[in-house]
Amino acid sequence: MDFNDTAEEAEFRAAARAFLDANAVLKSANSRTYRSRAFNPEDVALSKAWQATKAAAGFAGFHWPKKYGGREGTQMQAIIFAQEEEKYLVPPGIFNQGVGMALPTIMSCGTPEQIDRYARPALFGEEVWCQLFSEPAAGSDLAGLRTRATRNGDDWLINGQKVWTSNAHFSQFAMLVARSNPDVPKHQGLTFFILDMATPGVEVRRIKQISGTSNFCEVFLTDVRIPDSQRLGGVGEGWKVAMTMLANERHTVGQAEGPDFEDIFRLVKLLTLDGAPAVDDSAVREKLASWYCQAQGLKYTRLRMQTALSRGKTPGPEASIAKLVSATKLQEIAAFGVDLLGQAGAVMDPETAPFDAWFQNAFLYAPGKRIAGGTDEILRNIIAERVLKMPADVRVDKDMPFNKIPVGLR
Amino acid sequence: MNFEFSEDVTAMREEVNRFLANRLPTGAVRRQIESGAPLDRELWSELASMGWLGVAIPEVFGGAGLGHETLCMIAEELGRALPFAPFSSSIFLAAQAILEYGSDAQKQKYLPGLADGALIGTFALAEGAGDPSPDAVGAVFAAGKLTGKKRPVFDGAVANIAVVTARNTAGEIGLYITDLTGSGISRENLTSLDLTRPAATFTFTAAPAEPLPLAGDWSAVTRLLDQAAILFAFEAVGGAQTALAMALDYAKSRYAFGRPVAALQSIKHKLADIYVGVELARSNAYFGAWALEANAPELQAAAAAARLSANQAFFEAAKENIQVHGGMGFTWDSDCHLYYRRAKQLAGNLGSARYWRNRLIDRLLSQNETEAA
Repeated sequence: MDFNDTAEEAEFRAAARAFLDANAVLKSANSRTYRSRAFNPEDVALSKAWQATKAAAGFAGFHWPKKYGGREGTQMQAIIFAQEEEKYLVPPGIFNQGVGMALPTIMSCGTPEQIDRYARPALFGEEVWCQLFSEPAAGSDLAGLRTRATRNGDDWLINGQKVWTSNAHFSQFAMLVARSNPDVPKHQGLTFFILDMATPGVEVRRIKQISGTSNFCEVFLTDVRIPDSQRLGGVGEGWKVAMTMLANERHTVGQAEGPDFEDIFRLVKLLTLDGAPAVDDSAVREKLASWYCQAQGLKYTRLRMQTALSRGKTPGPEASIAKLVSATKLQEIAAFGVDLLGQAGAVMDPETAPFDAWFQNAFLYAPGKRIAGGTDEILRNIIAERVLKMPADVRVDKDMPFNKIPVGLR
Repeated sequence: MNFEFSEDVTAMREEVNRFLANRLPTGAVRRQIESGAPLDRELWSELASMGWLGVAIPEVFGGAGLGHETLCMIAEELGRALPFAPFSSSIFLAAQAILEYGSDAQKQKYLPGLADGALIGTFALAEGAGDPSPDAVGAVFAAGKLTGKKRPVFDGAVANIAVVTARNTAGEIGLYITDLTGSGISRENLTSLDLTRPAATFTFTAAPAEPLPLAGDWSAVTRLLDQAAILFAFEAVGGAQTALAMALDYAKSRYAFGRPVAALQSIKHKLADIYVGVELARSNAYFGAWALEANAPELQAAAAAARLSANQAFFEAAKENIQVHGGMGFTWDSDCHLYYRRAKQLAGNLGSARYWRNRLIDRLLSQNETEAA
């Protein structure tokens, strides 16, 4: 066992550092901050420019083919670059849905024309992508979605509503899955499309979250016309395409970001309880030790997976562990950080709320982390069914025509 | 990046796995317990003849010199199969103490016997209830003789040598080795919670002993505990895996309400959480294995994290394994209780979770001060 790079990895890391040194500023020791506001147009412009710089230098699309501007490199290179990039002050990443998910899906399910049209502009940050999957009545049960796709000559007409879409308000394109046939069982009646977000009938509204900020959108689709040439995969094969896309999502959704062990440790070292340092309190120590074990466990689980990757193995559904554990840990740490402040914990003004009210802010966004990208419950099902090979849940609607499935009020 | 055991180590692990699975089918350990014999001598000599007792003992002292990563993998397999054998007391603790703190002559005298199984060692630390602490060491070493009472001493009934914590006439704590077949020692068997790990009380009355010369103070004891904690963490990870596998196997074949109980979300989510706990514990144990083999400065924090997460994962798995088995799991004739008992034995054998949490946080605080300075 060792934690060293191989010769090739070390060479790549040095090249990545040289690039980052030349193009970005290294973070200072205490620049760990939480950015709770949503992206504004300046953020988007900076992000696009940074993506273009990276792509031009060959530090984007690590496993993409060279003819689309990729590197034809390895997943280890992507990991190493991300490790190094994290040390620098760089604009927020808004290209996961496009470069990480949409384009790999188009490359495996799309036509040569589609790949040629969309690959480079996505990689070079010119076009941003979003994902129109979830609906008000279809979250964990994605295949129960109701947005209709009706054939109309050479086009399709789309009507319905999508929700929880990141980046929709500044995206040029969307990956859209809709119901083309309600008379067959739910998984069989879906078709996948590439949607130009500038098409008439697409209306984007921001969602105000419990924190008051707006990181997500809802998207209303009214008689939106999509040419059949923008269909991705066969008619009725939308579920297969969606699953291809979600398999790619698993590589991009990692640990929930926010206060972690080191942050709550920093906080307790600043505080006193009953006149003694908070870090000497045995109840505090019990929590600290438990979060330390979880954080370390996640770190070394990640290193085990990276070792598997560097040996050419594909990470399996085991990757679900990171999100499941880190989201709950984040919520617990945030809640405990607020508790430790006593009465002052209930106010968010920086005079009394340490680290710019980071714990209070995290307390408000943590519930979303346990829902987005697979709820805790779905992740447990994935682990139970795919890792532990336990029987699938009984699905009473599986073989029923979609339009005969009972619906509730919500 | 190479955070995985080598192919050689993995091959050795598979060999141990096959041997123990074959040698100890369901019920074999219970029958050994029921026989009342304190040691399965045949199994012990088989473990010895395979060379597994001595994997981490250098070749010059009769071992195979394969290092601690190999021993970690064996520990995991021992935890999985739960053999009735004093392996951990003899190797993780007694041999480790001699290896770390003994003179060359002592190593020459004891290690070959521990490696070939002719000698069985144990470690006598506790003197009644309470966590490891220099203040709790009442045993005294004076003029080459040990006097005091140690209780509980695991595998005490079958050991022939013991490494004992005691205070010298200057009040300094050290480690002393004593031949348990000699004079001045009386043993009394205790009723052990873990039936595969019998315990005893040792009463020393001017028993001849000699110091391990390199164990200068209490830090020698805590360092030995750190090293052993990592090996016991692997044992706990192995035990947790078996408990999870037993629960899964039972849930898949037990039908209720017209389908396997494994199809119920309450069971699926319970076992998914246990799986997650085991995987995090395994990752922490791996880091511990690296720290142990590399003798890294991270050893203390790594040992605490490995131990705390492995013991927690094992206890969760062992207790929910009984729950998944229902009434069947509550019977003597199921192996469930053997793992439930072992999980609790491991939770306290080197000190309680509270003790290890305190050691962890104290260590992280002192690391922080060093970094700040």
